[in-house]
Amino acid sequence: MNTDFAPEELLIATVADMLEGLGHVAVGAQSPIPGSAALLARARSGGSLRVSMLGSETHSPFTDGGRELFDCAAQGRIDAFFLGGGQIDGQANINLVGIGDYPDTKVRFPGSFGSAYLYFLVPRVILFREEHTARVLVPRVDFVSAPGVSDKNTYRKGGPHALVTGRCVFDFDDAAKRFRLQSVHPGHTVDEVREHTGFDFDMPEDMPETPAPDANTLALLRGDVADAVAERYPAFAARVFGNANAA
Amino acid sequence: MTSIDDLAVRIPDGATLALAPDYSGVSMVTIRALIARGAKDLHLIGVPSVGFQGDMLIGAGCVATLETAAVTLDEYGPAPRFNAAIKGEKIRMIDGTCPAIHAGLQAAEKGIPFIPVRGIVGSDLLAHRDDWTLGQDPFGEEDGPIVMVKAIRPDVTLIHAPLADRHGNVWIGVRREMMLMAHAAKTTLVTAEKIHDGDLLADEQLAPGTIPGLYIGGVAEAEKGAWPCGLFGRYGPDDAHLKDYLARARTEDGFASYLDEFVFAPKAAE
Repeated sequence: MNTDFAPEELLIATVADMLEGLGHVAVGAQSPIPGSAALLARARSGGSLRVSMLGSETHSPFTDGGRELFDCAAQGRIDAFFLGGGQIDGQANINLVGIGDYPDTKVRFPGSFGSAYLYFLVPRVILFREEHTARVLVPRVDFVSAPGVSDKNTYRKGGPHALVTGRCVFDFDDAAKRFRLQSVHPGHTVDEVREHTGFDFDMPEDMPETPAPDANTLALLRGDVADAVAERYPAFAARVFGNANAA
Repeated sequence: MTSIDDLAVRIPDGATLALAPDYSGVSMVTIRALIARGAKDLHLIGVPSVGFQGDMLIGAGCVATLETAAVTLDEYGPAPRFNAAIKGEKIRMIDGTCPAIHAGLQAAEKGIPFIPVRGIVGSDLLAHRDDWTLGQDPFGEEDGPIVMVKAIRPDVTLIHAPLADRHGNVWIGVRREMMLMAHAAKTTLVTAEKIHDGDLLADEQLAPGTIPGLYIGGVAEAEKGAWPCGLFGRYGPDDAHLKDYLARARTEDGFASYLDEFVFAPKAAE
């Protein structure tokens, strides 16, 4: 088997590692990489991990309409979820609304979806944004769709666990309210990460490289997982895995 | 049973109109009829987001206010007429979040004035909503603030469903956000793919996924009524058509040509 890997495969494997040992992962709309990571983590778990993919006809367990996911989250029935952001800042605030002085936004994003709620209620929220530029990773978001941290008085069971981009992985230090660079992806450098990140972050003394997916992971990913991904994201599966079952 | 044009007339100018997302049940055929009749000043409520329905109504100048958690065309990319309207300050935006929209409708469903919702505290969404406020647990079990959202009671819910019967019962299966939308609205107007012979409520298998006729104000039969969007479990979106829409809707003239071809010309030919 070819053990070279696509950049997407590295990201999928990296995110999948963050889901190990969990019971229930939910994935929002338009999230092929997090969705693939969740399906990979499920395959590794021997089926004990439950994956709920919104917009999927075969991977959605819900029978009570759009509200059920949110009710589940508030009850603590969902362990991990993924959020993105048109802007993400150094305190892990995310902006899904737009750039500029709201409501007169210069650039409008689709909207906040369930972020303002799920960020508080799902214990492990993984921020995922493939584009790693100073345009996205800003010192301060123009609009807070969902805050990264809350004061002690606010009911909050969850929040940012990590930020995964096309260049690196940050983890989030709740107490310091800051990101810390955890690893840099193969082929990328710390200097490059610094240049393209608009916020300050902490760094370890020795900078590890994000581990490359091993042969077993790649075999699993390109086999059963690719078939499962193709049901929801056929074009993505065809492009990344060359998936034969995909459209 | 009634006609699609009649449904469009029964959504008056200025109405608050609840719409489902593209993956649920969207009555695109009635959206075209609303545009053809020149509907004005609608207040759209995306439950919890809107897609092509919203983009088309906004582009056609039918919308004054948009209340939604998101505008999304899913894999088709940004919504062109929505973005143009925001840039031109042509619509008033009421930005929300999915669970608050579901909860507001649940309050209306129960006939209560407001409902508490988790999260949201510290979001800029809250600062811009005069129908959301911070409250406290009256029983004192929790100290912190909790967001209260006002009930959302739409004038009309408009949906497309796979089946309806002559008693006005409407089968929506597992897509139960449409059940909530029907319970919460003053009336619900429906296009249905097919008219079911007999009584949907008399069928043990179908009844649990059926909106009872007591909530329904009118039903029109419309095969492929969700086209060019898809209908869950029945047919997928018309990919080529939607891509053509997006290409044309990038400009005002292109969008006008789309409306001429698919809304006004078919109307004139009737």
